[in-house]
Amino acid sequence: MIKPITITPRSPATEPPVNSPGGPDGGEAVSQALYEIRKKIYPRAVHGWFANWRIAMVIFTQLLFYGTAWLEWNGRQAVLFDLAARKFYIFGMVFWPQDFIYLALLLIISALSLFLFTAVAGRLFCGYACPQTVYTEIFLWIERSIEGDRAQRMKLDQQPHSVERIFKKTFKHFAWGTLALWTGFTFVGYFTPIRDLTMEFFRTTLGPWETFWILFYGFATYGNAGWMREQVCKYMCPYARFQSVMFDRDTLVITYDAKRGEPRGSRSRSADAKTAGLGDCVDCGICVQVCPTGIDIRKGLQYECIGCAACIDGCNQVMDKMGYPRELIRYTTENAVERGYAWKEIIRRVFRPRILIYTAIVWTIILASSAAIWLREPIKVDIIRDRITRQGGEEQVENVYQVRVMNTDEKTHRFRIRVTGLEDLKILSKDQPMEIGSTASRIVPVRLGLSATRVAPGSHDIEFIVESSSDGDHPSSDGFSIREKAVFVVPRR
Amino acid sequence: MSDFLSGFWGYFIAIGTLGGIAFCVVLLTATNKRRGASKKPELHDHVWDEDLQEYNNPLPLWWMGLFYLTIIFGVGYLVLYPGLGEFKGTLGWTSSGEHTDEQQQAKARFAPIFEKYAQQDVRAVAAIPEARATGQRLFLTYCAQCHGSDSGGAKGFPNLTDKDWLYGNDPASIRTSIAEGRNGVMPAFGQMLTSEEVNEVSYYVLSLSGFPSDSVKIYGGRKVFQSKCVACHGADGKGNHAIGAPNLTDKIWLHGGSSKDVIETVSNGRSSRMPAHQDILDESKIHLLSAYVYSLSADTEKLVEAPK
Repeated sequence: MIKPITITPRSPATEPPVNSPGGPDGGEAVSQALYEIRKKIYPRAVHGWFANWRIAMVIFTQLLFYGTAWLEWNGRQAVLFDLAARKFYIFGMVFWPQDFIYLALLLIISALSLFLFTAVAGRLFCGYACPQTVYTEIFLWIERSIEGDRAQRMKLDQQPHSVERIFKKTFKHFAWGTLALWTGFTFVGYFTPIRDLTMEFFRTTLGPWETFWILFYGFATYGNAGWMREQVCKYMCPYARFQSVMFDRDTLVITYDAKRGEPRGSRSRSADAKTAGLGDCVDCGICVQVCPTGIDIRKGLQYECIGCAACIDGCNQVMDKMGYPRELIRYTTENAVERGYAWKEIIRRVFRPRILIYTAIVWTIILASSAAIWLREPIKVDIIRDRITRQGGEEQVENVYQVRVMNTDEKTHRFRIRVTGLEDLKILSKDQPMEIGSTASRIVPVRLGLSATRVAPGSHDIEFIVESSSDGDHPSSDGFSIREKAVFVVPRR
Repeated sequence: MSDFLSGFWGYFIAIGTLGGIAFCVVLLTATNKRRGASKKPELHDHVWDEDLQEYNNPLPLWWMGLFYLTIIFGVGYLVLYPGLGEFKGTLGWTSSGEHTDEQQQAKARFAPIFEKYAQQDVRAVAAIPEARATGQRLFLTYCAQCHGSDSGGAKGFPNLTDKDWLYGNDPASIRTSIAEGRNGVMPAFGQMLTSEEVNEVSYYVLSLSGFPSDSVKIYGGRKVFQSKCVACHGADGKGNHAIGAPNLTDKIWLHGGSSKDVIETVSNGRSSRMPAHQDILDESKIHLLSAYVYSLSADTEKLVEAPK
């Protein structure tokens, strides 16, 4: 009988002896913590083609994020989501809650693009554009600038507390905190005009909610990019898991060429690998050291891989030093590895039906939504009929409507209301044409009258037409004509 | 927890809640270790697509930290807010208190808009276009359900745009109508009069506003009118603002102007009610609404000339 071994951080005396399950693998029986302590990852800095691409994407996305909030348009903030007034300004356009469909379309386009890119070349979004990657990259850069690269950081963490360590750590967290707060501030600046927010900050008159959200998003940035890092991708992110579902055998993924690399082993630069019976992999471990999620790509594709291609850059550097051809780790497809496709064949297989269908759907929706936004009428109309019907004088039936006219344009419009659908249906209220101010909304009570002898009792479909009126001093440059359905009710007698 | 008749349920909920939390703590501490397991990673039993299996990998430690944080949050919440049976929470928060607070905030925010007009005369306020626009929004919220969005009324609900007023159109009367409400009662005469008399008086009333009728009926009707109706509607049938008796000579009929309608009114009476709004609306809002209603039937030119 094997004596049970208990491995536990607690006092072993409190643990009851456990029996070995035996089993063919002869595994040892243990008491095992069900929760895993995170092993800190110290990604090593890497240079190369893919690293440059990522730096470019970081700069591009962050210029966009930090910069756009400060742009002005027609005397207001160019991009502002005014939640309190429920008006969403994006450059020349003002969206109202009624335009929610465009947000839905944007999300559909984003989702389908994700499908498309993932099917072509794996987790491109994760590797280059995801905020988690982008902010981790920035935070890592700060960390590296202050504490040094991988080996120095590991050494610093193992050191006992020293003045140097305390100074460097404090400085790093201060730098992280400043950037995180700036990020939170910018984010809130898309919902409260950022220039007002700046003034309020300097006068220390920030509202409680503004302060809360700045701190909240600041803390989220600091925590996710400084501390959580790969844990977000591994445990929290739903996209990480479902993106893998869109891979197929022709998807370009980061792959270690085992045929060429194995058997791996270290050797001197002058040694001839062939005679030593070794593959091209020198087993230097650089690909593991540069990996932001701490995996070994040589074990094959894993769900932790965010497709950042740092290992490709890292390995290429080593191959160059060794004088071996590059691309021991490279973007390739499962089929290509198995059947030895040339690059040309891999590219040809990118244009497979799945990709073509995704592309067609994405472009159809992009074009349709662009057309819809381009043709969007500046005026919106809602009609609510009053519950009552009215006998107006001899043989006349009247219905009253609240016509709500909303102007999403940033200029005043003049309009006129007409009705169609029933013969002799007349608008009895006066005040035509009317005016509606910039991004305003107004309710116009409209009274319609009809000679009751001409129509059967019951509900009749009619249509209101709200159209631009160009008479008088207000020549209307852009005409509009909005039709909205309603009913006219003739009571039974 | 006044929602329950028996005090038992308060304890039931409190014990259930605390017991649930305690159970979570016990479960978390008791199950964070796996005993007697192999050191090698285990595979889950389920197999997808012929050969795909999942490792039974441990959760990260910080994840367990989140469980504990949730428990601490839950306990903190139960101390501060109501949730444990009869215990009201140390903050004394109630949903009705929250509602009152929000109402007061809204009042403080919007009061200046209405206060601006409260000191001016109703006629002067009625002449200000912005005041009328604000008044119209109030009207569409509180009044349009009965009087119509265009203030034109309906059967049983007075038209506010004509010159015919049951209780008078001076600002004070309009204010009283809105603030205190009105009860308009026309008594039923079906029991007191014969059906012939009801018929006659109805045709007489119709004739007052020019409805053609034969002279015999008018003669009989006038006699009935003078004995039964003059007390309220006056000898000339022009009504009385003090008690809301309508003018019968102006072709405006609140309850319908056909002979059938009028006979119905005389026989069975009418009862109409304008609800009081002083408990719902601030005095300043009533003031602004009065001005809007006043403006509906007033001449626009006269309004403009009105003294400020």
